[in-house]
Amino acid sequence: MSAPPAGPPPAGPPPAGPRLWRDLRHFTAARVALGRVGAAGLPTPAHLAFQAAHAAARDAVHAALDGPALAADLAARGIASVTVRSLAPDRRSYLLRPDLGRMLDPACLPALDAVRAPGSVAFLLADGLSALAVARHAPALTAALIAGLGRAGIAAGPVVLAHQGRVALGDKVGAALGAAAIVVLIGERPGLSTADSLGAYLTWAPQPGRNDAERNCVSNIRPEGLDLPDAAAKLLWLIAAMCERRISGVGLKDEQPMAARLAAGGHPEKPASRAADAFPRIGDSR
Amino acid sequence: MAAASPARSGDALAGIAAASAAERVAAQSALADLPLAHFLTEALIPYEQDEVTRLIQDGHNRAAFAPVASLTVGGFRDWLLGASPAALTALAPGIIPEMAAAVSKIMRLQDLVSVAARCRVVSGFRNTLGLPGTLSVRLQPNHPTDDPAGVAASLIDGLMLGAGDAVLGVNPATDSVPATIELLRLLDTVRARFDIPTQTCVLAHVTTTLRCIEAGAPVDLVFQSIAGTEAANRSFGIDLALLAEARAAALAQARYSVAPNVMYFETGQGSALSADAHHGVDQQTLEARAYGVARVFAPLLVNSVVGFIGPEYLYDGKQITRAGLEDHFCGKLLGLPMGVDICYTNHAEADQDDMDALLTLLGVAGITFIMGVPGADDVMLSYQSTSFHDALYIRSVLGRRPAPEFAAWLARMGIDGAEGLRADAALPGPLGRALGQGLAGLIGA
Repeated sequence: MSAPPAGPPPAGPPPAGPRLWRDLRHFTAARVALGRVGAAGLPTPAHLAFQAAHAAARDAVHAALDGPALAADLAARGIASVTVRSLAPDRRSYLLRPDLGRMLDPACLPALDAVRAPGSVAFLLADGLSALAVARHAPALTAALIAGLGRAGIAAGPVVLAHQGRVALGDKVGAALGAAAIVVLIGERPGLSTADSLGAYLTWAPQPGRNDAERNCVSNIRPEGLDLPDAAAKLLWLIAAMCERRISGVGLKDEQPMAARLAAGGHPEKPASRAADAFPRIGDSR
Repeated sequence: MAAASPARSGDALAGIAAASAAERVAAQSALADLPLAHFLTEALIPYEQDEVTRLIQDGHNRAAFAPVASLTVGGFRDWLLGASPAALTALAPGIIPEMAAAVSKIMRLQDLVSVAARCRVVSGFRNTLGLPGTLSVRLQPNHPTDDPAGVAASLIDGLMLGAGDAVLGVNPATDSVPATIELLRLLDTVRARFDIPTQTCVLAHVTTTLRCIEAGAPVDLVFQSIAGTEAANRSFGIDLALLAEARAAALAQARYSVAPNVMYFETGQGSALSADAHHGVDQQTLEARAYGVARVFAPLLVNSVVGFIGPEYLYDGKQITRAGLEDHFCGKLLGLPMGVDICYTNHAEADQDDMDALLTLLGVAGITFIMGVPGADDVMLSYQSTSFHDALYIRSVLGRRPAPEFAAWLARMGIDGAEGLRADAALPGPLGRALGQGLAGLIGA
């Protein structure tokens, strides 16, 4: 009784007509066609595959952000950074007290004061619920965004790294920098097969008290979701629109992906055009 | 009330939890001595400020309340432990959510199981849910991009494992009218083609569903997340008038054949606090008030998504377990067809063992329905719920059957009671044969 672990659909074109139970796996990454032992039992391989995926997600949640390594990765791309921390001293506090993760440790204010950049689009790279996502994807995305903003003539920077940070920490950091806007790149809550998904939140005129309706979010940034080039293009469009209209949030509609989707004929068979609209995990890092 | 609530992180986050274990038990003792009728005169959230309070107070049935009108909260607990199913059914309109919440705070898990198991709540649409000896399953075939073939693959998987009698219900990745209509048509096509005696639902915002109805899409059930305060509901973009409008629109479709229960509600402890709309009231009492909202709309299904909200509200398996049993008890006591999404997120201190324990407890408590997600892994919402296999397990160990109409359909399709099916076997019956002709043909693409 063997059932291969669920995962990405098998390679090759889907069968014209699914004949065997396992053929369903061609159509979805969901854990379908796991087999069945006895009246209700989950076959051993499927059970252990699930346990392995959960263990990976748990480890991602509890992994600490390696600040020096992240700073070095950014430095190798020619990007300087400063590091701050929230008032959540550890993971347990971070998970139990979201309010602490949104507050800046006052001891970090002098470091921000030294890199004040009035009128600029600043960046905050925060561990959120997956330090893995930030370590893997944030440096390259940050570099692409800074380069793109440079081409558009929009002042970008500085780049701030945060330990035990939530999205609203960006309001405090942005205000301390005097920034016109802040881009928060943050690790999203890991799913069973997605331990390294990055979220991006844009806030115009960041200051304490901003609410979530005043932000724009691009979610599910990872190679198997919204890949980095598409994420950068989408974010650059949103940032340019935000700077032009001087607002963010519900007032700033994300029209560009819809236009792209219509241009592509709106084929539901091309799911990538929709991936960015998915809302999983939004909220948990906020 | 808050100090008497068994420990949970959300009440601590709100700063209203008991400061010590001794203080909590002292508060429970004080609560036990409080007359039940106290809740009819002393509103926790002022009548003038909150339409949910007004709904609850104005809708109270004094005649039904009479058998327990003279009791304290503690006396009510004792009464409940000895009450017959008929007495509990008759009592439901006389109980307001605050009474249910109060008594639950001085009940152990076995009390919550024992009383709920004696509550009889039956609802219907194209089949009959909640009959004694049955346990139903919402088939939840979510897909990260709403891809029709992807949804259909999970749908077939679930049907082959006996799930789907509560509802075939998809959470859309995109809450837009065109995307919702596409999913509604997909679900209705499969249901109609195989004449499945069940109902379908796309869990979009109620305003989206209303526009789908206007556009002529096949809407069986209207879905909406609801909460226990007017302000929290407003944060969801709804009020009672909007829910009433939606119910009227769904009833006007007249798509039901068994009974006109056309609403599907979801709730969860902590939603009011997360919307900063909790009025200093503990999250379990507010959850019970959400059921007070639900019951005036005669729903087919009410589902507490108990472990979805995260560890700042329910920290670990112990807190999720307690909350799930409280929610099921309170809902059933108030007369609702209560299900629980037995679930957890990856940042909660919980795992599959916790879910197995809660599933077993809720099965014994007579839960109306649970979720069925392929392999317990929702690849769209990124959390873990119960699987099709889990549903088969609980039906098997407790001798529960699907809704009778659906059970007969499973038998007709040759997929009733199948055991030990290998993943590399051909799928049996008419559904398997149709599938062999192509997924595209199956979903009308």
